[in-house]
Amino acid sequence: MPLLDVRDLTVEFPTRRGTLRALDGVSLALEPGEVLGVVGESGAGKSLTGTAIIGLLAPPGRIAGGQILLDGTRIDTLPEEAMRRLRGRRIGAIFQDPLTTLNPLLPIGRQLTETIRTHLSLSAAEARERAVHWLDEVGIPAASRRIDAYPHEFSGGQRQRVVIALALCAEPQVVIADEPTTALDVSVQAQIITLLKRLTREHGTAVMLITHDMGVIAETADRVAVMYAGRIAELGPVAEVVRQPAHPYTKGLMGSIPSLEHRVARLAQIDGAMPRLDAIPRGCAFHPRCPLAFDRCRTERPEMMPAGPTVAACWRTAAQPAQAMRAADA
Amino acid sequence: MIVFIFYRLLQAIPVLLVVGLVAFAMFTYVGDPVAAMLGQDYTEARRIALVHKLGLDRPFYEQFAHYIWAALHGNFGFSYRLAEPVSSLFAQRLPATLELSFTATVFAVVLGVPMGVYAGIWRKSWVSRAFMLISLIGVSLPTFLIGVLLILVFSVQLGWLPSFGRGHVTQLGWWSTGFLTWSGIKALILPAITLGLFELTLIMRLVRAEMLEVLRTDYIKFARARGLRARSIHFSHALRNTLVPVITIIGLQLGGVIAYSLVTETVFQWPGMGLLFIQSVAVADIPVMSAYLLLVGVVFVVINLVVDLLYYAVDPRLRIDRKRHDG
Repeated sequence: MPLLDVRDLTVEFPTRRGTLRALDGVSLALEPGEVLGVVGESGAGKSLTGTAIIGLLAPPGRIAGGQILLDGTRIDTLPEEAMRRLRGRRIGAIFQDPLTTLNPLLPIGRQLTETIRTHLSLSAAEARERAVHWLDEVGIPAASRRIDAYPHEFSGGQRQRVVIALALCAEPQVVIADEPTTALDVSVQAQIITLLKRLTREHGTAVMLITHDMGVIAETADRVAVMYAGRIAELGPVAEVVRQPAHPYTKGLMGSIPSLEHRVARLAQIDGAMPRLDAIPRGCAFHPRCPLAFDRCRTERPEMMPAGPTVAACWRTAAQPAQAMRAADA
Repeated sequence: MIVFIFYRLLQAIPVLLVVGLVAFAMFTYVGDPVAAMLGQDYTEARRIALVHKLGLDRPFYEQFAHYIWAALHGNFGFSYRLAEPVSSLFAQRLPATLELSFTATVFAVVLGVPMGVYAGIWRKSWVSRAFMLISLIGVSLPTFLIGVLLILVFSVQLGWLPSFGRGHVTQLGWWSTGFLTWSGIKALILPAITLGLFELTLIMRLVRAEMLEVLRTDYIKFARARGLRARSIHFSHALRNTLVPVITIIGLQLGGVIAYSLVTETVFQWPGMGLLFIQSVAVADIPVMSAYLLLVGVVFVVINLVVDLLYYAVDPRLRIDRKRHDG
């Protein structure tokens, strides 16, 4: 049984001009200790998936359909108080910008001990000891002295380390890391990813790594889900998705990554832009930009279908993957 | 920190000197004390003698220095109207105004902050809407009308609370307090509400607006994502981040309430500074008016200093900057 099981998740935003469907039938599962990458363009619904899982959708957004199960128990229908106890304790979250995710007016130690004592019954002294331990774990030098420092006294990279400590300090089973390195210096990005990988492996924490950086995914994730316009386009082991993508959109994404080994004159680019939420086309959401689209794509929405080693929502590649890819190459 | 206070006090000196200059200038430009003291029949010789005796023939800066020097020693001259030293008049009146102002401000803060927090969190609830409506009334109704209405309801119709004066006061040295007797406290209620209502609505609206802002921030989202309790998120994380502007406004309002409680004191015949000032203006009692001006200047300087110190207590980022500047 998967640790986290998202089934057919649909998120809607009622607006004055009709209801916008921001997530449409998203299904994915996370095994214990696994790293699942979630990629896609801005607005594809990556972060929204994460936010829906931790139950922090901002109103008027709401879960309109589907289920979210943690360890086999539904959590999307839990009352607020039960969900609160679960957040941080069983599902942690890391956000994008470490400069804004820490409360500027409280010492980091206080933010850590508060989180620890909210979830674990420890005395103040024990919580403080554990906070120092976690700062040490995430590589803050002189942790016992720095614990009373305020966020502004740390650099960006160090702050993201503190954020990681905060997300992991109550030892959740799952961490949703939403663009954890996007706001950081390139030189710091690798350190943070390495740290996150090491800590989650040591504690057996499963990670849902949301990013638009395929490089980070390729290096870190076990499996990857590619999202497009609020749907999952393709899902599979990371090596296969990178090496032989089945969905034309994934293929486009991969083509846009510069490679050190193969020199190309010009990186591939997908023409057009992702549709707005109020104008998602009928059938396959990707068909207006797809070089392989045919009649069926315009009228009938493809479900997730096995396509070789991966699963993809595409009429062409799912039916005859090899043939279609040859066509796409031509 | 001590260095900081010292610098702020140093900065206050020119401010107070300018206020002092205006206060001093009133003697020259508003009314003529010599004419008032001489009466109808006088000789030129007597006039010159009096001008000389009062020191009015000396150069301007000498007179000004003398004025400041006297003010520093608590000597503000005699009231024309009451023929009493201004300093002793103030000593009688100041406690009444300070007690009223502080009570009004405490009332405004104790109710206004939680109401603002509530309206910020549950922004669409009926209670919040009711708060906003009441605050709109509080902002738009003039103080004297609120005072008169309160008197009408609670003094005239219900007869619960007195409509004027301070009730029984107790003397603690030169300070007369109304806090120690039941009648003093009862007398304080209506004027404090009248004076504090505008402050309350302002604080409530400000706290609400700031809360709405802060609740959208990433660190609040992260605090929620860590499963912290709602009460801790709202009060120890969110409210703390709204405090800097709120403290500023409370400080300014307190200063304003102390200095300009004229209307409320007049409506309730409250024997405070505002009432004294109004009565002095009516007869151009210059020494009282000018000393009042100085006092208001000092009140604002002190309040601003306290407000600045509170910023430092609330926001650690300011402390660091100061350390760097000093070091």
